[in-house]
Amino acid sequence: MNGWLAPGTWNIALVGATVCTLIVVSVVRARRGAHVPVRSFPPLLALDRAVADAVAQGRPVYFVAGSQDLDNMQTVAALAVLRPLARKVAEAGGRLFVPTNRSLVMDNAREICRRAYDDAGRGDLWRDDWVAYISDDHLGFVARVDGLIARERPGLCVLMGFFASESLLLAEGGHQVGAVQIAGTASAVQLPFLVASCDHVLIGEELFAAGASLEGDAARLGSLRGQDLCKLAAAACLVAGSLVATLADVTGAQPWLFLRDAFLNVFRAG
Amino acid sequence: MSGVKQRVPQIILTVVALLLIASAFVARPEGSEAPFGQRLLAFADQEFATWFSILAVFAFLLGGLNLVATHLVKVRDRGPDRYYSLVTLVSFLIVLVIGTAKLGGPPGLQGDVTAPGSWLTAVFDAVLSPLHATLYSLLAFYIASASYRAFRARSLESSLLLASALIVLLGRIPAGRHLTAWVPEPLAFLRVEELSLWILRVPNTAGQRALMIGIALGVIALAVRMIAGVEKDPRSGGDGS
Repeated sequence: MNGWLAPGTWNIALVGATVCTLIVVSVVRARRGAHVPVRSFPPLLALDRAVADAVAQGRPVYFVAGSQDLDNMQTVAALAVLRPLARKVAEAGGRLFVPTNRSLVMDNAREICRRAYDDAGRGDLWRDDWVAYISDDHLGFVARVDGLIARERPGLCVLMGFFASESLLLAEGGHQVGAVQIAGTASAVQLPFLVASCDHVLIGEELFAAGASLEGDAARLGSLRGQDLCKLAAAACLVAGSLVATLADVTGAQPWLFLRDAFLNVFRAG
Repeated sequence: MSGVKQRVPQIILTVVALLLIASAFVARPEGSEAPFGQRLLAFADQEFATWFSILAVFAFLLGGLNLVATHLVKVRDRGPDRYYSLVTLVSFLIVLVIGTAKLGGPPGLQGDVTAPGSWLTAVFDAVLSPLHATLYSLLAFYIASASYRAFRARSLESSLLLASALIVLLGRIPAGRHLTAWVPEPLAFLRVEELSLWILRVPNTAGQRALMIGIALGVIALAVRMIAGVEKDPRSGGDGS
């Protein structure tokens, strides 16, 4: 292996491998039938009620998968939420509109929705033009979607994925027509805007867990359990690292200094 | 046949993802005598991004065709939004023609389509830019209305939000500093600008870091699910288990 590993990456490889191992082990354990305690996400609990209300009022559901292409993990996570959402809307006999600003996202979203309506036995209801490509231009996209929202008056707007300045423009558009708004993003800069303007928000990593939580099958729930264990390990490392660094500075003792350096080496970035 | 249709994309995804992950940790090969594996990973790292860019070009074509088809149908069916569709189609065609023909700009394949004086630049400056500015300016009003709703002290959480937002706002403006200028030097940490800085540096930074750690773990978990085939390609359907 000497000469193969890029300089300064061994610690990232080690931490990455540990995280992946924890997640894979959790998935395998869940598949073998182990009990998987996973926390619930209040925004997702509100989804069923919001879909039912929107359909009962004869109002459509809008879903926006962020403003990035499929090479962004937030878009992938958003599409993972779209599948169970489309199934719920189809089962309730409602209309689901998915305006997109990337054509590859449109292509995938259309396939997901068509399959969901077919699986729910409501293929007759589905129309391909419910998933449409609008524009790659962020503000052009927002102008069109806000116009559609103003005219169609949806009962539920779901905004998932990466957003830039368009987050507030979209969320306020939905608020003005009285739609229930459920959002989720891992874009730290846009989170305050969505928290301020939406009814329910999935914050940060919850977006990546949402699809798995909605699908509810053992393997996906197992990965969520693995994710939670990793977070627990990260918190434990933070506390232990702080303690070790403090003891090293206060006492100056060799074992603490050695441990502090070990922590710094493993968790240094880049 | 459907099994093959499901498996092939999954195999491609797994192989490409593992190659790209491995390439991030493998040293760049020096010279052509480096091991094949090392050269393969370096190739993957360099070329896969280019391949995605090539795919994205075709995606533009897919998007453009879908846009035209959707709006043509709306105009043909005389739907309620047909006038908007007509405006979209006409604008699309005009920009497509002046951009492709490079009207008003340097001609030829190498000619810059966005050169000063080109019609495309004129459309951008005279139409698109003012439209962007108009839409963007709505943010000022939307921020005010969203903040009003979020900062109403209806619960402990929203009260805390209101209090910290007020302190940060006051700490950022000169008038706010004058409000607490009378606080004596030994208690200077209670001045509004100091409190504002403390909120930004300590609780805000702690929250942001926790958020980033969670996001990184979430991304890794989703990636592992996709590589392992637990989170299936959306086009392949199935339950993913």
